[in-house]
Amino acid sequence: MTVKYTKDHEWVRVEGDVGTVGVSDFAQHQLGDVVFVELPDVGRTLEKGKEAAVVESVKAASDVFSPVSGEVIEVNHDLENEPARVNTGAQTEGWFFKLRLSNPSELDGLMDEAAYKAFVEESN
Amino acid sequence: MRYLPLTEADRQSMLAAIAAPSVDALFRDVPEAAHLSGPIGGLSNHLGELEVERLLGAMAAKSIPAGSVPSFLGAGAYRHHVPATVDHLVQRGEFLTAYTPYQPEVSQGTLQVLFEFQTQVALLTGMDVANASMYDGATACAEAVMMANRVTRKKKAILSGGLHPHYRDTTTTDARFIGFDAVALPADPEGVEDLAARIDDKTSCVVVQNPSVFGQVRDYSDLAKACQAKGALLIVVVTEALSLGLLPPPGEMGADIVAAEGQSFGNALNFGGPYVGLFAVKDKYVRQMPGRLCGETVDADGRRGFVLTLSTREQHIRREKATSNICTNAGLCALAFSIHLSLLGEEGVTQLAKLNHAKAVQLADKLAAVPGVSVVNDGFFNEFTVKLPKPAAGVVEALAQRRILGGVPVSRLYPGEMDDLLLVAVTETNTESDMDAFAKALTEVLS
Amino acid sequence: MSMNSQGRPSAIPAASGTDAVTGTFTGNRGLQIEEPLIFEQDSAGRCGVDLPEAPKVASRLGGVKPRAKVGLPGLAEPQVVRHYTRLSQKNYAIDSGLYPLGSCTMKHNPRLNEKMARLPGFADVHPLQPESTVQGALELMDTLAHWLKTLTGMAAVTLAPAAGAHGEMCGIMAIRSAHEAKGDTGRTKILVPESAHGTNPATAAACGYTVESIPATADGRVDLDALKAKLGPDVAGLMLTNPNTCGLFEREILAIAEAVHGAGAYFYCDGANFNAIVGRVRPADLGIDVMHINLHKTFSTPHGGGGPGSGPVVFAESLAPYVPVPYVVHGADGFQLVETAGEGPAFGRMKAFHGQMGMFTRALSYMLSHGADGLWQASGDAVLNANYVMARLQDVMTASFEGPCMHECLFDDRFLKGTGVTTLDIAKALIDEGFHPMTMYFPLVVHGALLIEPTETESKAGLDQFIDALRSLAERAKSGDVAYFQGAPRLTPRRRLDETAAARKPVLRWVPPVPAEALAAE
Repeated sequence: MTVKYTKDHEWVRVEGDVGTVGVSDFAQHQLGDVVFVELPDVGRTLEKGKEAAVVESVKAASDVFSPVSGEVIEVNHDLENEPARVNTGAQTEGWFFKLRLSNPSELDGLMDEAAYKAFVEESN
Repeated sequence: MRYLPLTEADRQSMLAAIAAPSVDALFRDVPEAAHLSGPIGGLSNHLGELEVERLLGAMAAKSIPAGSVPSFLGAGAYRHHVPATVDHLVQRGEFLTAYTPYQPEVSQGTLQVLFEFQTQVALLTGMDVANASMYDGATACAEAVMMANRVTRKKKAILSGGLHPHYRDTTTTDARFIGFDAVALPADPEGVEDLAARIDDKTSCVVVQNPSVFGQVRDYSDLAKACQAKGALLIVVVTEALSLGLLPPPGEMGADIVAAEGQSFGNALNFGGPYVGLFAVKDKYVRQMPGRLCGETVDADGRRGFVLTLSTREQHIRREKATSNICTNAGLCALAFSIHLSLLGEEGVTQLAKLNHAKAVQLADKLAAVPGVSVVNDGFFNEFTVKLPKPAAGVVEALAQRRILGGVPVSRLYPGEMDDLLLVAVTETNTESDMDAFAKALTEVLS
Repeated sequence: MSMNSQGRPSAIPAASGTDAVTGTFTGNRGLQIEEPLIFEQDSAGRCGVDLPEAPKVASRLGGVKPRAKVGLPGLAEPQVVRHYTRLSQKNYAIDSGLYPLGSCTMKHNPRLNEKMARLPGFADVHPLQPESTVQGALELMDTLAHWLKTLTGMAAVTLAPAAGAHGEMCGIMAIRSAHEAKGDTGRTKILVPESAHGTNPATAAACGYTVESIPATADGRVDLDALKAKLGPDVAGLMLTNPNTCGLFEREILAIAEAVHGAGAYFYCDGANFNAIVGRVRPADLGIDVMHINLHKTFSTPHGGGGPGSGPVVFAESLAPYVPVPYVVHGADGFQLVETAGEGPAFGRMKAFHGQMGMFTRALSYMLSHGADGLWQASGDAVLNANYVMARLQDVMTASFEGPCMHECLFDDRFLKGTGVTTLDIAKALIDEGFHPMTMYFPLVVHGALLIEPTETESKAGLDQFIDALRSLAERAKSGDVAYFQGAPRLTPRRRLDETAAARKPVLRWVPPVPAEALAAE
């Protein structure tokens, strides 16, 4: 099981050919209290780096880009009623969607946890 | 100049604090060639109140106010009696001179008004939620179409032949630039067009007006079902908000979006503006709505309070991805609407609507008795279309010579078309003798 | 993830504590009276107007069944008067004090303007009356048009747009029409500086353009080289606010205009900040092709708690043919209204009727009162006031850019670094001091922005009081009194409101309570 990060602060956890996607703890801090999450439809094909979901706080709205390409197989419906889960567990219960990877080699271009930490510190 | 508090001594001491030699020096970033050397030429210099009043008073006297003569104009703007209380309250400085309520702790007055306004609009239209107002009915209509395009992810709107041509044109102007299809059907004075047959799988919405621009009243419940079956939204436009005191509300008919003009409540004719656009939707579409929304919450002490909410839809946060570029709404006109409706209440609004309708029925009968004149509509609220034996534009001009504002020639709204049709509106402000004078003058003009 | 706005606190800080609010039986506090919703004061059968009986006639609704009920509450007139009077007392307003919202131009709203707007020859005129009966109203529109064209040096004006953002739509539509008329359809982009109002990119996007952002230089102005690099045959126009949202005049504006025109594009100016230069600088002399004017800012028509506005648009010769309908022309028998575009180049219609007439009257009344000499003085005083505020706060707060500024001055939150106090906290504490806060967190080009626009209608004494209050707050923040700030405001009708809760579970209207018997049946 590997967790990889993008420069846009998404993470993807890969188990077999399934990736679980969310936004990082750093990102939820930047957003503030999350009030709304718009998730993709199951069955939609996502492209790496393209808009996949929307996450909103009171004063900010962000597109969430898919870290890898693939087909959406499950979304976290709990976020629709309890968007606060993104704040309380950005990298656990606050996951956004799962997709079946169509091109696992895309993972190679992403950062591991240590590299992401360094990236966040540097950009701060 | 009476509005400028700084004295010359103030200016000098302030310049000293800034360490600037002169006010002009503060404009040093302006390219020299573009900075005028003194007050701009070709305009008058400052005037006292009395002089401004004299000048504008003389100008205003060159118009004939609708209230000074028997007046029967409608077509999207209606002359109703506005209780004195409305204008008094609207002019309270705390309402009049406040900004958009971005600081809720010091804007609870405006915010509670908006919350009540949203509720009143929702009740009146029979919808779940309403926003805090749009510019006017026509822009609300165009925004409703764009919202339907977003919701359905389709791009073809069908505009009924009963839709006010100015609303149609506002929508087709947006369609051209924003990039969607707005199919405008031919004018339909009698309300007989078959809209359901026009819906196809590309249709995002059907836009109808009730009563139509010709005054025709219809029930759109079956059309709502036809829309739903094909995945299109039904948008109902209302230009005479008072009609909602008598007619079944669009929400009851199954409308998805209501776009209406609220001028009839609390707002003067004002030669066309400012008015107040009403915008109401079904609950599930809230996040696709344009414009401001006020919501209920609690403060740090747990007391009920109100804030602007769901702002992430809006331009100041979403920028190029906003649901609309709208920023300003019609705040003060919405307040006037709200106060008038509060004064009327349940009993007043239904009784006023009945009064308008009954007077319209009376006038329709009086005009139908004029030789050569017939009423076109079989059902109407307070406005109807009559067919004349002569071009209506000339008739209206001749009536104006007799100091009667006798309606709107349909050819003014549809240039070159239907020149024998005349739109006539009646409200509580028209007396029986106004109506008799109209019928008599019309008889003379036509003979 | 792409954040397009800065996140900021929206829930109530944990440290805010509860305040011993009242202790009174009613919950009222002297002049601050708790006021229930109007729906909670209903009594069936009560009515605030007396209406005559409707004549007895058979209804003619074409077979449509009348509605059963609306659901509105019933109140008598004195109750309605009291309701709205009490609500009004919970508002801050320019009538009650300094309202230094940057980019909003909250200046005094003369009551003469209100009186003039209510003259029956302007207010009680139907938009579709025969032209012969509305000559006074048309003359007013024509006179206003003359003033606006003269003040901007422009060739044409449309009065139709209902607000600034609506004016932006109008201007961008004209630009697109002009390119299309030349057969130039390859222009798909609009350039917008990153300091722009949100309406600019929203407008460009709504009109089908992609938006490209132009960075700012270290001195808070458009980066001319970056602009030039982005200009090309695919650019339709530039949207620029001048003076810009940092309160600075774009020094290189003539070079900007030249570059834009050189690339075959048009120069749109967001006129939101026109108050800084009105009567002193004509936008036409800056190379601007099209600009909207917010009558509710520069020309003092009241903001009314969020509207109505009015956003006339002026056009240089290059774009004049594309002005939308309707507009007023001089005819043989007086003024005429052109209501349909016909085969002409006018691009269409923006709204139902001729524009915000009520705002036209107010704005013209303001212009006539000032005259050319008064406007010269007004813009001078507006700029003087802003520079004075900046000069007197510079040692305790951090100005983002070097002056002189124009009509507004911009600070950022560097002076709060390490204090635990935020821009928002300063704003809320300022409320307890009796002032409306400045614009916060805008523009986005600096961190934790505080944008102050005092306007010309503030006295020096009023400014001094505001400055002293702000100085004391800056010093208090530096002293480490975080709890004071997080608990502010304490003296307002409501304390900080939970915006997070409002957005998570939106309650957007009152709903009638479920009757007790229905609950019992469940």
